[in-house]
Amino acid sequence: MNMNTTQKLEELSSLALEKEKEEWTEVIKPKVGWFELNLIEIWNYRDLLMLFVRRDFVSIYKQSILGPVWFFIQPLLATFAFTILFGRIAEMSTDGLPLILFYMSGITLWNYFQDCFTKTSNTFTSNASIFGKVYFPRVIVPLSVVISNLIKFGLQFIFLLLFWLYFFKIDGAQIFMRKEILLFPFLVVLMAGMGLGLGMIISSLTTKYRDFQYMLTFGVQLLMYGSPVIYPVSSLPEEYKYFILANPMTGVIEAFRYGLLGTGSYESGYLIYSFVFTVVVLFLGLLVFNRVQKNFMDTV
Amino acid sequence: MSDIVLKVENVSKQYRLGYVGTQSLKDDLIRRWHKIRGLDDPFLKIGEKNERTKKSNSDYVWALRDLNFDVREGEVLGIIGKNGAGKSTLLKLLSKVTGPTTGKIKVSGRIASLLEVGTGFHPELTGKENIFLNGAILGMTKKEIKNKYDEIVDFSGVERYLDTPVKRYSSGMYVRLAFAVAAHLDPEILIVDEVLAVGDAEFQKKAIGKMQDISKESGRTVLFVSHNMGSIKNISTRGLLMKHGGIEMMGNIDDVLDCYLKSEENVEQKKAGNIVDRSGSQSVTFNELTFETGRKGVADTIFTGDDMILNFKLKVTDKSVKKINIGFSIHNAWGDRLCVLYSGYQGVFYDANEEYLHIKCQLNHLDFSPGSYTVIGRIEANGLEADWPKESIGTFNVIMGDFYNTGSLGFVSERVPVLVKGEWA
Repeated sequence: MNMNTTQKLEELSSLALEKEKEEWTEVIKPKVGWFELNLIEIWNYRDLLMLFVRRDFVSIYKQSILGPVWFFIQPLLATFAFTILFGRIAEMSTDGLPLILFYMSGITLWNYFQDCFTKTSNTFTSNASIFGKVYFPRVIVPLSVVISNLIKFGLQFIFLLLFWLYFFKIDGAQIFMRKEILLFPFLVVLMAGMGLGLGMIISSLTTKYRDFQYMLTFGVQLLMYGSPVIYPVSSLPEEYKYFILANPMTGVIEAFRYGLLGTGSYESGYLIYSFVFTVVVLFLGLLVFNRVQKNFMDTV
Repeated sequence: MSDIVLKVENVSKQYRLGYVGTQSLKDDLIRRWHKIRGLDDPFLKIGEKNERTKKSNSDYVWALRDLNFDVREGEVLGIIGKNGAGKSTLLKLLSKVTGPTTGKIKVSGRIASLLEVGTGFHPELTGKENIFLNGAILGMTKKEIKNKYDEIVDFSGVERYLDTPVKRYSSGMYVRLAFAVAAHLDPEILIVDEVLAVGDAEFQKKAIGKMQDISKESGRTVLFVSHNMGSIKNISTRGLLMKHGGIEMMGNIDDVLDCYLKSEENVEQKKAGNIVDRSGSQSVTFNELTFETGRKGVADTIFTGDDMILNFKLKVTDKSVKKINIGFSIHNAWGDRLCVLYSGYQGVFYDANEEYLHIKCQLNHLDFSPGSYTVIGRIEANGLEADWPKESIGTFNVIMGDFYNTGSLGFVSERVPVLVKGEWA
């Protein structure tokens, strides 16, 4: 009896307290609205973002002899393979540019886009063990992927510049930079945004149904052949040109080659298309991702 | 009276059982179709109480159903319940790992959760690097970690290995380092799930002490799930008992623990008098066996280290029998016979003069390890067998109490039948 009365008293006093105090720091609800993106929270976790970047970067090549040298071996080998296969054997056009520079510039760009895309696309599935135990804004993970790959891309870009210098100074090839090279930072942002946006959409879709994940691996490969990595847009027959131009990476790659090497089908219209595509995809990606992150643990 | 820092309102969580596949796609489409027409989700109406052992036709189950409770500042709430009662699901909702299906949880202050020790530890990184990474995952900023770095290292006791990748650590060192980071979080509300069950006794004691400090000295709120009743009892101020996804009881920790132990009594035991297969003259027979502990009366569940009383009720058909020698043996779940005791060994014999004879036998400081036990009984009268039922006449459960008075779980294994405690010098 006594116990009951004290419990009742407690209940009553808690009711009274509740009336006084209605300011909660947080309310956990069943679903987040489509547009509730908590940017302040993401900012508060910026240290985690940088630590993830560091972790990705440091851990990848630990216990390997060559370590970061692998960053350069990958594009180098791909460039040689393409030079021999498409340049020498198939004798495809490179707009008169040195084969190595032509392929390497395409490969370096494409690799960054591809890394951003594929490595963010499995965010939920491959991090399920961490996500299942602790909360932090999930978007930190794909962001860290984009940033750590940016460092790798930066190194590969410097590597590409060394080749450029060699061909410009020693080989005397007909290459020169145009003022459009100033667009370079913008192009990087476009690639990162596209990769991130697409990756987030795919990762959200794959939490429940894995089908997209299987599609992705060869899909990205196919997408590369549908972009001007191994051929210039100028060499395309009119009837196929629009398929290739529909690829939002086309504008980015052509603009990059035009700025760095001096030749290419650069048109601002292509870039505007890529930009609009990036904005839409990134926006969609954030929305879907933000909505899925809340309950994905139940289905992953 | 202190403020409410956590308020759970009508929270439910529904899970879908079985595989995700074409059936779940169909359900998703049906759900979407209802939503388009502005109707309620049809699957929220179905689903049943989460009873693990019962097979059901529904693919949906309520892991939590209509929970309502408050937690006040500075409280240490021990959450108990059987496997599948919804404890971990509740903690997952509170730590935002997954969202509730319906209802709201209102929080005032920063929550940090420790559902697992060492979440996000990267095997290739060194101990030092992992302190920062793990701290950041748990919600600390780099600056906070730097300020507490020395304390963390000191608490972990693995200073020597800080520049070694954690994959080279022993599992004990790993846990120490991970808990050290978590223990130095500075949240207003700390959520801890069964993580103290790992690590050696010294470390467990340290960890429990740290959790007590967190609540007592800095007035933080702790929510704590454990199957170790000893440590729950030590740390908690209040208890929350869960059953089938609902709240069975909430209140003072001692009351809740008692309620839990009573509700544990679910083993269906045939009354001894109803056993058919038995031998002997049947002049005196076992009628019923009940158990009690000094602390809480009749119960089938006993803490290790408690005193247990066996209450035998014998039926006397021949009142002339003299020199009744009653005996019993206790068997564990593996079928090992752990002990045999006849009253005659201790020079005690009973005479029958009424229709029912009540005999009590108290076993002091129970040192069987946790598990379920069965009792087989036999009666001799005047040196001849009077009754020997061939089935068990009673069953009881033993769960870990504070056997060592330290909160330690001891060596946990079903195959260790007895607990001993020494006097160390």
